[in-house]
Amino acid sequence: MAAMTKEETEALIQEVLEVYPENAKKDRAKHLAVNDQSLEKANKCITSNRKSLPGVMTIRGCAYAGSKGVVWGPIKDMIHISHGPVGCGQYSRAGRRNYYVGTTGVNTFGTMNFTSDFQEKDIVFGGDKKLAKLIDEIEVLFPLNKGISIQSECPIGLIGDDIEAVAKVKNKEHGKTIVPVRCEGFRGVSQSLGHHIANDAIRDWVLEKRDGDDSFPTTPYDVAVIGDYNIGGDAWASRTLLEEMGLRVVAQWSGDGTIAEIEKTPKVKLNLIHCYRSMNYIARHMEEKYSIPWIEYNFFGPTKIAESLRRIAAHFDETIIEGAERVIKKYEAEYDAVIAKYKPRLQGKRVMLYVGGLRPRHVIGAYEDLGMEVVGTGYEFGHNDDYDRTIKEMGNATLLYDDVTGYEFEEFVKKVQPDLIGSGIKEKYIFQKMGIPFRQMHSWDYSGPYHGYDGFAIFARDMDMTLNNPCWKQIKAPWKKDAASNEAVKAVA
Amino acid sequence: MSQKVDNIQPSYPLFRTDEYKDNLANKRAEYEERHPQEQIDEVFQWTTTKEYQEINFNREALTVNPAKACQPLGAVLCALGFEKTLPYVHGSQGCVAYFRTYFNRHFKEPIACVSDSMTEDAAVFGGQKNMFAGLENAKALYKPDVIAVSTTCMAEVIGDDLNAFINNAKNEGHIEQDFPTPFAHTPSFVGSHTTGWDNMFEGIMRYNTLNFMADKEVGSNGKINFVPGFETYLGNFRVINRMMKEMGVDYTLLSDPTEVLDTPADGTFRMYAGGTSYADVKDAPNAITTILLQPWQLEKTKKFVDATWKQEVPKLNIPMGLEWTDALLMKVSELSGKPIPESLEKERGRLVDMMTDSHAWMHGKKFALYGDADFALGMTKFLLELGAEVTDVLVNHANKRWKKACEEVLAASPYGQNATVHIGKDLWHFRSLVFTNKPDFMMGNSYGKFIQRDTFYKGEEFEVPLIRVGFPIFDRHHLHRMTTLGYEGAIYLLTTLVNAVLEQLDKETKGMGTTDYNYYLIR
Repeated sequence: MAAMTKEETEALIQEVLEVYPENAKKDRAKHLAVNDQSLEKANKCITSNRKSLPGVMTIRGCAYAGSKGVVWGPIKDMIHISHGPVGCGQYSRAGRRNYYVGTTGVNTFGTMNFTSDFQEKDIVFGGDKKLAKLIDEIEVLFPLNKGISIQSECPIGLIGDDIEAVAKVKNKEHGKTIVPVRCEGFRGVSQSLGHHIANDAIRDWVLEKRDGDDSFPTTPYDVAVIGDYNIGGDAWASRTLLEEMGLRVVAQWSGDGTIAEIEKTPKVKLNLIHCYRSMNYIARHMEEKYSIPWIEYNFFGPTKIAESLRRIAAHFDETIIEGAERVIKKYEAEYDAVIAKYKPRLQGKRVMLYVGGLRPRHVIGAYEDLGMEVVGTGYEFGHNDDYDRTIKEMGNATLLYDDVTGYEFEEFVKKVQPDLIGSGIKEKYIFQKMGIPFRQMHSWDYSGPYHGYDGFAIFARDMDMTLNNPCWKQIKAPWKKDAASNEAVKAVA
Repeated sequence: MSQKVDNIQPSYPLFRTDEYKDNLANKRAEYEERHPQEQIDEVFQWTTTKEYQEINFNREALTVNPAKACQPLGAVLCALGFEKTLPYVHGSQGCVAYFRTYFNRHFKEPIACVSDSMTEDAAVFGGQKNMFAGLENAKALYKPDVIAVSTTCMAEVIGDDLNAFINNAKNEGHIEQDFPTPFAHTPSFVGSHTTGWDNMFEGIMRYNTLNFMADKEVGSNGKINFVPGFETYLGNFRVINRMMKEMGVDYTLLSDPTEVLDTPADGTFRMYAGGTSYADVKDAPNAITTILLQPWQLEKTKKFVDATWKQEVPKLNIPMGLEWTDALLMKVSELSGKPIPESLEKERGRLVDMMTDSHAWMHGKKFALYGDADFALGMTKFLLELGAEVTDVLVNHANKRWKKACEEVLAASPYGQNATVHIGKDLWHFRSLVFTNKPDFMMGNSYGKFIQRDTFYKGEEFEVPLIRVGFPIFDRHHLHRMTTLGYEGAIYLLTTLVNAVLEQLDKETKGMGTTDYNYYLIR
């Protein structure tokens, strides 16, 4: 299918909006836009980070998901209590593929679910006593934990519990870091506020622990990787590159992370931010308080990786600058071979994305390295500054959709007819049934890593295996195939 | 590292290459401040002891790795079983994202469900405005015939009144007065996912029948109603359908999501497919009676059927295994006057035939199991019928009456004499039991895989394999399609069980030059 013109894309948006009731239509119109690279600021064309409309089947989650699921959960040597009723902790248990290694249940706890399993009496009489008691029980049963975070579920903020007081008392008693996090699910409009609240909790309850303690030997080449959750091992495939060029990755935030790494971060020379949306807050704080500069980088696809390595190296001396060139050179044969093999198989394929807060823009380069084109993208929980960073990455007249509804996404896909969709598990089966190749771009569809040069090879392999799998040719029964669908099948093949 | 283009490696085995191993070892040594390995090992060994088990069982406040979920999850599944019905959850939106995801991962199917996205202002002023806009938007966009409303704990804590809100939404014209909107309060701090199923079911029945009982007469339509409860095996809906058709019994399966949870990949996405029709729901009070397939989780439903429909609900157990399937069929035969057909008798005979074929491998094998109350009870019963021994049965959400019932089933069999029944306990308790009681196998949902790994870490001879039966199953494909009820279900379960035994024997005896004799071809 040929690229859509600006007018066609605009007409499509109008058509899709038609079915909405008046108020909802007005609201949704602000979240759908035709990309225009000439704009400097995204707020000229699209609104984001606003409340989702009731009843429209938003794909978004909540603040608890942003804090417990995203930021805190991956810190592997702490115990994260899902404080409140049983569901939230159960649904988010071991579901995010933030890889780590350790002796789970003894010194690491990442795939476990600790909960206060609130009952009616806890709602009526408050849960503080239960919380205090369960912290004591944790200390007995899991003595090697390095700290505890209290992840508030909706009721906590509504019944007036004082989890901060409990945390302080128990911190004194046990001598361990205990962090109350006010990430009740009703706060804010999406996961995003949960990220922010979680960042603030780290700032207030953890980050200063080693101020004035210089026992950790530092070097001029110390960096922290911030906002890499090690999905499928992403952070591991990144740290190796950084260390090969001569840097020392002192901390991973927070995939395969530890509280010790978090505490050491104020001593690094540069903070490297991958997921800007979920962790820019703490980077800004460290810049302000510890004068640590930070930069954003992108480890998806060789073009962006090389750009990023050079940009990171520019903050250091000649040895690192040479190191970056050496690393790029070293992997050149590897990624050239990957492109040589897969680009002919993927060239010209059109992709629609809808992901969280970073990947809707960050993976565009990796697709382009393989000759593919991203024709629509949008964020579940992006803000204006994310869309600012997206406009230049996307082609003119492509579709932007913020907090897309189930209905809109389906309609857009029917009209745009992409060759591949990259989004989440809630969308996956809808589009697969429509016969459209689909990759989960939150979890890497149980594959990965996708970061770094090693990850790019897997990314290319995965896009090819999904786009070119023979299953898509079988969507129509042979006795139902008409001339038109035969054509469509050929196009996919 | 460095990928070879003809053999691109994902995380495993990529991270087992020396460069990654060294890098990660260096991360551990330099930055993580990890406890010394000896200390980790020492604590690990301690967690496998009887002493640890005692401390573990003394927990009063902490839950670790629960074996249950919360009410609205069940409400959503219940609603999905009715024709063109959109599940709608009043409260925070994150809950719905979780429910959908949880079912997506288990069924590998799309799940339609909306939230009305209550946020801080709704926490202060109540969620009525969200309900107004939510009903209006959901109806306009997704064109359901019915919207089934349940609640998250947020809405429950602030005390939102569903009945009032929905009526006000209609009075103010957000949806038509006659648009069907059954509802149920489903607080997640009461009961579990099965309670939520029960509540939503009762809500749908109440909405469609309570005020229309005048012309209803028990038995007048000659049908039998079946209520599945929180059921996630597609085969279990289908086997009830098949058995009733073979018996020639007119029946209604009340909540049947088999179509919407099993739509084809043929180029079209169907948000709605199949499901129990509302004509059948409205006619349900005219049935001879209503059979509850999972009676332990359908208490509210039973009360409603008793009190409003005035039907006498037969005392039956979940039709798992041989005898309880016999009991179901005999009861249906008695109620309908239709004999049990030859086809089902032959199916029964085939199951018994399999039991005779496999008994030598099942006899005395020890099983520990966990899951929902009815499943755990039915599974226990079938294991005993096979001559297998049960060591522990653990049900997180069950009550004392259930415990007593389960103990009675165990006491009635020589193979249940050494079993213990645990209620209100979680999978960290279960882990202790697996270490100390050393069953040959455990049965339950995917979460058990972590316990299997723990037992393996203690030493290969301590490993207790997990047999996956229950919900959720995330780490194996397509098992939700299977059947665990009826003779057909018993056939599937026995096949699974006996082959797990034989697989394990192969695993234990595959040593060349040591245990060759038992690594045998014919069994």
